[in-house]
Amino acid sequence: MKPFYLANYLALSLLLASLSSQALEYRGLLAEQSTLSFTYRQMGVPMKGDFSRFTAQIAYDPAQPTTASARFEVDLKSIDVGYSDGNDEILKADWLDTSKYPTAHFISKEITPLDNNTLAIKGELNIKGKTLAVTAPLTITKKGNTQIFSGSLPINRLNFAIGEGLWSDLNVVANEITIHFHLVTANEY
Amino acid sequence: MNYTRTAIILHWLVALLIFIAFPLGIYMHELALSPTKLKLYSYHKWIGVTVFTLSLLRLLWRTTHQPPPLPSSITRWQQRAARIAHYLLYALLIAVPVSGWLMSSAKGVQTVWFGLLPLPDMVPRDKSLGELLKTVHLGLNITLLTLVVVHLLAGLKHHFIDGDKIMSRMFFSNKVKSL
Ligand code: HEM
Repeated sequence: MKPFYLANYLALSLLLASLSSQALEYRGLLAEQSTLSFTYRQMGVPMKGDFSRFTAQIAYDPAQPTTASARFEVDLKSIDVGYSDGNDEILKADWLDTSKYPTAHFISKEITPLDNNTLAIKGELNIKGKTLAVTAPLTITKKGNTQIFSGSLPINRLNFAIGEGLWSDLNVVANEITIHFHLVTANEY
Repeated sequence: MNYTRTAIILHWLVALLIFIAFPLGIYMHELALSPTKLKLYSYHKWIGVTVFTLSLLRLLWRTTHQPPPLPSSITRWQQRAARIAHYLLYALLIAVPVSGWLMSSAKGVQTVWFGLLPLPDMVPRDKSLGELLKTVHLGLNITLLTLVVVHLLAGLKHHFIDGDKIMSRMFFSNKVKSL
């Protein structure tokens, strides 16, 4: 564990210890073990990309799953679309326009348990200044003293104006982009 | 004696495809990233993989069908030079597409023939390997171009200067009776 996490851990422990009503919760994101990636198709070729910088705040109490909440923030400049020429292009105005919209966010609104270790997480996804309601199934796995939240969410890029102008040609880059998240959290209270 | 019909068709088909793939490769490389560039890259790769499969077929055909012997009017060193040049051409017809295929994988873009048949990535995504293979692809292509020019000039010399029938063996004539 790096000093940063240790400090985080201590601060959070103190904070949470003071809230006597707080039950079991998983918070601190283990950034090195967590991944946020996406898959898409370009000219019929399956492509894979990812983000190297993102943060997430997750509050989850297995005893009361409906009170769970999640918030993500993604640094869009940390994107890797899978090949280097594409990485220069994706930041431009037709694509993510990162000089205007440097981050994307997701805020959970409603969480419904589906079964023992799956939740349907409904929330608002904001990319490039556009906010849309989305629902993603989320699988929870316990591994040692970490808790893993994973799932995937397909979105249509044109709904967020990702790839405008000439790039709106769906025969070149398909509309559907699937976001895959694998978030490892520690800090058990 | 001529080449077989199959050998003639494969020869000219491959020639036609490399005459398209080569300038396309040079042209597309200069373009700024755009949907057109991505399309041209895909077409280039599809044509290249087609050359690869047709060349494998040619090699198979060549090993099972001896080409007609060269007439004894041709000196021994010329016969040898022709044989070496033909082997090298076959080797390049395989090596050029293979280097393109590996380069694409190293650059992070898999090759999917006609958008339907995926070729496995034999090397992982790796930027410096991608750059290296790009140089290899270009170098092999320049070698191929040089050899094709020599091959063509040799054929034309036989036809127009020596006045022999070497070049016409690779064309259809009413004398073709075999496959
Ligand atoms: C007979 C077959 C082929 C010929 C004659 C050919 C020829 C060429 C030429 C002349 C270039 C330009 C090189 C440069 O300017 O750097 C090129 C680039 C390229 N070729 Fe091929 N090629 C063939 C097959 C393939 C195959 C099978 C693939 C992939 C599956 C491929 C992938 C590429 C790529 C990706 C580039 C662009 C490199 C870059 O811009 O970074 N080629 N090719």
